[in-house]
Amino acid sequence: MPKNVAIIASGQTNHTSRRKDVNIPEMIREAVDRALTDAELTIDDIDAVVIGNMEHFEGINLSDMWASEGSGAVMKPCMKIATGGTTGTSVAAGAYYHCASGLFDTVLAIGWEKLSESDTTAGIITAFDPIVERLTLAGAIGGLAIEANLYMTTYGLSQEHFAKAAVMARKNAQNNPHAHLKHDLTVEMVLNSPMIAYPIHYLDMCPTSDGACAVIFASEDRARRLCPRPAWIKAAVCRHNHPYIGDVWWDRSTLESAAIEAYKIAGITNPRKELDVIELYDPASYALVAWIQHLHICGPGEGGKLIDDGSITMEGDIPVNPSGGVISTNPIGATALIRVAEAALQIQGKAGARQVEGAKTALATGFGGSYWNEVFILSDRL
Amino acid sequence: MEDIAIVGVAQTKFEREKRDLNYAELVYGVVTELFEKTGATHQDVDNIVTASSDFWDGRTISSMAIQSAVGAYMKSESKVSSDGTLALLYGAMRILSGQFKTTLVVAHSKGSEGAPNLIANAAFDPVYQRQLGIDFHVASALQARAYMQKYGLTEQDVALVSVKNLANAKKNPYAQVAGDFTVDDVMNSGYLAEPIKTLDASPISDGACAVLLAHADVASRFTDKPVWLKGVGHCQDGYYLGDRDLTTSPALAAAARRAYQMASIDDPLKQLDVAEIYDAYSYQELMWTEALGFCQPGEGVQLLKSGVTAINGSLPVNPSGGLLAAHAFLAAGLVRVIECVLQLRGEAGEHQIPHAKTALAHGSFGFCGQTHCVWILSAER
Repeated sequence: MPKNVAIIASGQTNHTSRRKDVNIPEMIREAVDRALTDAELTIDDIDAVVIGNMEHFEGINLSDMWASEGSGAVMKPCMKIATGGTTGTSVAAGAYYHCASGLFDTVLAIGWEKLSESDTTAGIITAFDPIVERLTLAGAIGGLAIEANLYMTTYGLSQEHFAKAAVMARKNAQNNPHAHLKHDLTVEMVLNSPMIAYPIHYLDMCPTSDGACAVIFASEDRARRLCPRPAWIKAAVCRHNHPYIGDVWWDRSTLESAAIEAYKIAGITNPRKELDVIELYDPASYALVAWIQHLHICGPGEGGKLIDDGSITMEGDIPVNPSGGVISTNPIGATALIRVAEAALQIQGKAGARQVEGAKTALATGFGGSYWNEVFILSDRL
Repeated sequence: MEDIAIVGVAQTKFEREKRDLNYAELVYGVVTELFEKTGATHQDVDNIVTASSDFWDGRTISSMAIQSAVGAYMKSESKVSSDGTLALLYGAMRILSGQFKTTLVVAHSKGSEGAPNLIANAAFDPVYQRQLGIDFHVASALQARAYMQKYGLTEQDVALVSVKNLANAKKNPYAQVAGDFTVDDVMNSGYLAEPIKTLDASPISDGACAVLLAHADVASRFTDKPVWLKGVGHCQDGYYLGDRDLTTSPALAAAARRAYQMASIDDPLKQLDVAEIYDAYSYQELMWTEALGFCQPGEGVQLLKSGVTAINGSLPVNPSGGLLAAHAFLAAGLVRVIECVLQLRGEAGEHQIPHAKTALAHGSFGFCGQTHCVWILSAER
């Protein structure tokens, strides 16, 4: 069995559309300092660093090298892990395995992106095959629109369901001091915003943000010594898809496969009952509605019902994205790590105004590339 | 680290340009060869770690293009965007965690499809350094000059590394550059960035390599000659060239210390039988042998001249020819590991070091060796 590992602290910048006052290492340093303060540690207590971003976005090759002074990696073991949208969860998994292997005790995971210095869509397009797919898939949105459309028509849902999810997420974001978009929206405002790729409107889509997130992982002994209420990692699972969008099995979800495996490892048999809160990687509002079925929170096509009856709001029985989620905040290399950090904050009871009362078990996801997914389950107990 | 073995390796022949293969085909070739050698199938692979670069591939999420080729469908794959030795470390960590029994580690690069100096230039600070046109050759020239001046080395001294390694490469069927060159040949090969000449620099290569890692419980299913991971260390230096003493490598020394401690090595020169190290430039082999503790600072050239590091010396360094013979970016460090495995299994052919039992493989990343990873491998558990 894997050695036990916990998250003991985290730190985030206040994410926004443009941080002109800091360069990239300075922005990273801000998140790292906040994590170290949260843990009551100094950088000298960190044994190793795992860091990631998408290097095409800012046009910086070897970004882990350049970030050294900000990440605190100078004269420390450092590893860069980058996997697209999942970079944050992949970095979290990297830090988890650093500790679970027994090779390191206190590991700093960092995800960051400064998308104001980037042409993000141009960067994303190059993920796809240059001959067969690059010319027809406009960045991230094209593929998402295909899936949203398929989900809508398969289960007979309307764009209003997606708009309601967008309204909910941006409302939740108002409780999160780190969130980027905190607008008071109405369903009409979302539906009247420009159509980017049918059925996804401008206000259904995630923003591009500047921001960094740092999370401190620790081995069992170290976690018990350093932290009164660690968030224990119960499962970390990743599932990949086919690399060509034309080959992707839309009805055989990598998210569902990863969730089933994670539930098995964590001993969860009834996720709707046993999970207290979910931080879902929602690149567009439809994902909030569509993907909770893959987590077995509801049956196929029942996501709309959960939106209508308020089950996944802050007041519901299974709040999804108290932080506001990805459609409120999206510094891509940090985005999935923020999901893990927010899940840990909920377990640690440190989520402030967005705290889900008594949260004991949380699930976080990362989504990226050609529809692959990572799932983390965190708990207040081993 | 006694519980994990390398049970199979494969590498392509490295060439200046492999026009007939795209990234996926290049990787599929080595993975297929690895499976043929070990009898493994995709069902035997629990998870996958890859190493590649978005910049070198010209593709964001460079691992996506090779997802099918490595068999990642409905499995866990992760990409280390750094030297392949670090991908191997991540692969080993995943087995050590107890969650997996096997990890397939794959690295690939096609230097032919990019503009190397622009790709290298993009690694430098956009405000202070990038406009200078600085690239790997220029940064390394600064390091070479500082190092040579500190210890009174001549360009002819440094050229001896190329003479040794390129002659070794003649015995390595996977090498790209090889031959009986003289010091004069190196001196006359044309400056890339003074004092570095063409034959002092590693070539640009296309190629890929793959390693299958397995827990001791299952290793015998794939080979009767497992090579055991005994120690590993990695460490990263600061970023700005002006902040570092370029004549020394404290990060490599720290990485080596950790690896030696784990593998119970206190006298590397005596206890190691062969070393494959990351000589992206000829002067680096001298610097790295010092940081690895094979000799005192500044004595790398004496070690070389004494013949200790020659293929028939007491501690042969780069019998394969090293990076000077082939340098597929990001794969080069993992190729060092693979060469050590071949040596420890007695399968290195013409460049076999007799009775090699303990080997050191070294990978590096970033300019002027900013980050390093050191592996100690053994034929004995």
